[in-house]
Amino acid sequence: MLGYRLQKRDEPWSWGAPIIVVGALVLSLGISALLLKLQGKSAVEGLFVLWQGSFGASWALEDALLKSIPIFLCALGVATAFRMQVWNIGAEGQFALGAIGATWAALNFPDLPGYLLMPLMFFSAAVFGGFWAYIPAILRLKLKVNEIISTLMLNYIAILLLEYLVFGVWKDPKSYGFPVTPEFTGGAVIGQIGDSRLHWGFVVCIGAGLGMWAFMRFTRLGFDIKVAGEGQRVAMYSRLPYGKLTILVMAISGALAGWAGCIETSAVVNRLQPSIMVGYGYTAIVVAWLARLHPLYIAISAYLLAALRVGVENMQLELQIPAAFGSIMEGLILMSVLAGQMLVTYKIRRKK
Amino acid sequence: MRKLMIMVIVAAMSVMMATACFAGAKKDKIKVGFVYVSPVADAGYSYAQDQGRIAIDKLPYVESSFVESVAEGTDSERVVLNFARKGYDIIFGTSFGYMDPMVKISKKFPNVAFMHCSGFKTTPNMSNYFGRMYQARYLTGMVAGMMTKDNVIGYVAAFPIPEVIRGINAFALGAQAVNPKATVRVVWTKTWYNPALEKDAAISLLDMGADVIAQHQDSPGPQEAAQERGKYSIGYNSDMSKLAPKSHLTSAIWNWAPLFTNVVEQVRDGVWQGNESLWWGMDQGVVDISPFSSMVPKEVQDKVLAAKKEIKAGNNAIFVGPIKDQAGKVVVPAGQTMEDGKLLGMSWFVEGVVGNTE
Repeated sequence: MLGYRLQKRDEPWSWGAPIIVVGALVLSLGISALLLKLQGKSAVEGLFVLWQGSFGASWALEDALLKSIPIFLCALGVATAFRMQVWNIGAEGQFALGAIGATWAALNFPDLPGYLLMPLMFFSAAVFGGFWAYIPAILRLKLKVNEIISTLMLNYIAILLLEYLVFGVWKDPKSYGFPVTPEFTGGAVIGQIGDSRLHWGFVVCIGAGLGMWAFMRFTRLGFDIKVAGEGQRVAMYSRLPYGKLTILVMAISGALAGWAGCIETSAVVNRLQPSIMVGYGYTAIVVAWLARLHPLYIAISAYLLAALRVGVENMQLELQIPAAFGSIMEGLILMSVLAGQMLVTYKIRRKK
Repeated sequence: MRKLMIMVIVAAMSVMMATACFAGAKKDKIKVGFVYVSPVADAGYSYAQDQGRIAIDKLPYVESSFVESVAEGTDSERVVLNFARKGYDIIFGTSFGYMDPMVKISKKFPNVAFMHCSGFKTTPNMSNYFGRMYQARYLTGMVAGMMTKDNVIGYVAAFPIPEVIRGINAFALGAQAVNPKATVRVVWTKTWYNPALEKDAAISLLDMGADVIAQHQDSPGPQEAAQERGKYSIGYNSDMSKLAPKSHLTSAIWNWAPLFTNVVEQVRDGVWQGNESLWWGMDQGVVDISPFSSMVPKEVQDKVLAAKKEIKAGNNAIFVGPIKDQAGKVVVPAGQTMEDGKLLGMSWFVEGVVGNTE
């Protein structure tokens, strides 16, 4: 076609990754600027307002950090499973179960002091989220059920379960019939760090990120997971307990998503309500891939994506650009970065 | 009910205790921000609010902006906060779930006027507003009651919350006022905007024998279902006649312009106050019914317009006894009118409604 063809590189293009990311960003921002022009808005002003909303003020940085917290935790979780080629698409449902677990603890032990209640909430969020991920792991090992399908389907069940609880037994009697639980009391609320809007969930993120990095790099189990990620056969020849490792990565994955649900419920809305489900579990999959499953890159891409979303709100506010434009920009950036990654392993050659 | 009463008393006390904390200086230029839960192009709830914004934007001293599709929870807190940081004078939050974030932020920005739609919490610089949509529901119920042949009217409803229940009850009372045999069948979708699901819900009602479909949803799904089956439909939010011209009889509509205008004028003059609850009705033009379709006969139109006049004049409060619940027990005795406090917490159906409030 057009006299060009793809040829596999002998060695991966070592400088490729950063060049491609920058190139893809420039390309997608260029297309976005064109779209702005077509809408009759000033492209330069649009991109400036976007930058301003994302990075232009200390509170913009803070807003983006806050928004990246649940995305980062979910992405860190799914990346662990992806490392072993276990395709956990169910972070959304595990997030919901984590929120349910935390709420269960908060509603049942409201009088416990914070130093007991908070660990209990994180523990039960991890157990609930981990359990939700354990189901598809077992189904895959015992019945060979494809985990892509089962994790995806469990997302819908999890959201319905959450709705059942807030519309039913957990509904706040003082909410005029609206589907929300009562507000959490003192010890069940994750507080702010000093005067900032940032809450202690941010520290949990840093801890979890460092912990996962060290676990994968320095422990025997982490090494086993990476080996098993080369394929089930490899794992068998290496005499690795493939089944147990599958359960382990799924449980870690679910527990981290569960923590994200716990933090979002406790620190941000201070109660359980259906509107906490805004698709972080799906965003996490994209973030994990963009970052090629590395914890540090996950942190960076989660932050950049959050910054983009926050910045697009600023574009809406200042220039009256429709909300859908944000999704278009996001799609453009993700598509061009992911498609561009092909160039790391292939090069374009003119046909002879 | 007891808890509700306590809440009303607490609310009343806090109103009394609040001594004009809001810095009411006169202003020449007013910046107004709106936060919507759905896109404004949906012809539904946010669209109706945005029509009100467009109306005040034409005032020479008003500059306005909005952010759409803002989820309740963290996102709404950030967006409201950004309007406040950028020096907006008034911030309208149009969804129930924005209430707690707005309360939080209103305390940090005492010089910004916060207006929250459909909630119940206020602060010295945050008031809430809503409209007596039940008045328009009553009139559309009359239309349905006179147009139904099989005496079964279907009602596709969003969530079992007082606002929706009150609307269904008023609709049923309107239908029964002109047709004592009319029954209203309710299906809950537990969604505000889901075109496919809401259309399916309407189809299930049509299958059960309903020949008029009404809705408390933001999508045109139910209208389409009625049109495809050759039955009648009654719209909501804005005039839905274009979406289903062959079935649409009339719509119960919002018209926020008068209320928004009043708020910006008060802020301009430095007399606006927090801790208030505006619940405006048809007399102030906040709710209305859209023009009748030609399918509605002249005598039906006349009857409904006569009733509209009575409501506007304050002669028909709609929830006037005797009103029985579904079990036939008299809840509002003859001659009594339900108070606003009870209307705001309504959680039971009147006689003639088929369905439950769970």
